[in-house]
Amino acid sequence: MGETWQLVLDSFWPLLQGALVGTIPLTLISFALGLVIALVVAIMRLSGRRVLVGLGRAYVSAIRGTPLLVQLFVIFYGLPQVGLTWAAWPSAVVAFSLNVGGYAAEILRAAILSVPAGQWEAGYTVGMSRAQTLRRIILPQAARVSVPPLSNSFISLVKDTSLAAMILVDEAFKVAREISSATNEFLITYMEVAVIYWLICVMLSGVQDRIERRLERHVVRA
Amino acid sequence: MSSAPDHTPAPPSGGSPLLEVSGLRKSFGGTEVLTSIDLRVDTGTVVALIGPSGSGKTTVLRCLNGLEQPDAGVISFADGPAVTFSATTTRRRRESLRTRSAMVFQGYNLFPHRTVLQNVTEGPIHALGRTKAEAEELAVRLLDRVGLAERRDAYPHELSGGQQQRVGIVRALAMTPSLLLFDEPTSALDPELVGDVLRVIKELAEEGWTMVLVTHELSFARDVADEVVFMDGGVVVERGPASQVLGEPRQERTQRFVHRLLNPF
Repeated sequence: MGETWQLVLDSFWPLLQGALVGTIPLTLISFALGLVIALVVAIMRLSGRRVLVGLGRAYVSAIRGTPLLVQLFVIFYGLPQVGLTWAAWPSAVVAFSLNVGGYAAEILRAAILSVPAGQWEAGYTVGMSRAQTLRRIILPQAARVSVPPLSNSFISLVKDTSLAAMILVDEAFKVAREISSATNEFLITYMEVAVIYWLICVMLSGVQDRIERRLERHVVRA
Repeated sequence: MSSAPDHTPAPPSGGSPLLEVSGLRKSFGGTEVLTSIDLRVDTGTVVALIGPSGSGKTTVLRCLNGLEQPDAGVISFADGPAVTFSATTTRRRRESLRTRSAMVFQGYNLFPHRTVLQNVTEGPIHALGRTKAEAEELAVRLLDRVGLAERRDAYPHELSGGQQQRVGIVRALAMTPSLLLFDEPTSALDPELVGDVLRVIKELAEEGWTMVLVTHELSFARDVADEVVFMDGGVVVERGPASQVLGEPRQERTQRFVHRLLNPF
């Protein structure tokens, strides 16, 4: 028992380090970039221009219709064959951003559509352009609607970053694999890294609650 | 209450047309909503559009504000754009109409995430390029007129329907349009709140604002409107002075409509 406990303690710091330098920054950066992609794609899909709508739809379909692990391998192992060589870290960021972008685009599109048409018209009648109305009137209201589903994507991403271990990015799961193969303590090490992922997600849920309460201050449900 | 508000352009001598509409036509997916509408609104006058629901009154209003693209017809403002509509008219062209008029909506359509003051200053600051100080100064003055200066920092959901609609009116006024458009401004209100909003509209009419008003309040139309236009099935059936159209309508359809509204039971 003492020995087991010692193993848990010894591996805790390396695992946490993996989370701090790998999992967490990978998640934050990819999610931020993914949201930018998502907003662009959502607006393309709502633009009413056939080419843009088609491109946006194809992108979302490709991202949602293929495994994330395959996307990651195409970018890291595949693209160098056509001269696009990336280090592991940027490969992971690109893959995760594109993946989040595909899913979040649908969330944002639905959120924008959920804002009543009268809000667009009110923006127009006070002289604002479509872009101004979108930015100043529609998106703030869409943001509130999109927080719960976006939080889901965010939490999924925390866990999905473990796939980056497959292209040798230093993050929590890769550290866990190294420790377990060195010590042969698979159950304890993998359970421990699971707990670390879980703790990160619990903290994030707390953050989500706070954002939601903040955004809901001035909204009455119909 | 008799002089024009100082932020509006001085009204030209009465009787000159501010707005002229001719041959306005609009279909939605094969259903013709407006067949061929002609309309003239003189500066300083109030025109009330009445008629059964589905008669196209609201669509006329929305075309005037550039919210809807007519299939054909001409909308021209004396002091600004004249737009001839056809299948090739661009959105930009249609939207050039927008700055001449401002709309007060049936469902208020206030911005829920902005305070009363921000609702009113949003357009002047971000579309007209006013400074924040200028816009707020005008907004507070206008809010004061409708008795809401004290609620400037409230959010829309904290106000009653009547208060929200008065903010809606102030938001339109703050754009200093030459024409005010009211789309059934009291239809969504509880009966006891209707009076407050109608009072504000009446004061604006007396001050010389030019307006087009879609309404079901016939007694109010008779009270404030210089001209009443009765529409049915996408055409103008009858038009004339309020007392005539509402008091002694000539057309049978108008007679039936007025009778039904005045004697609901």
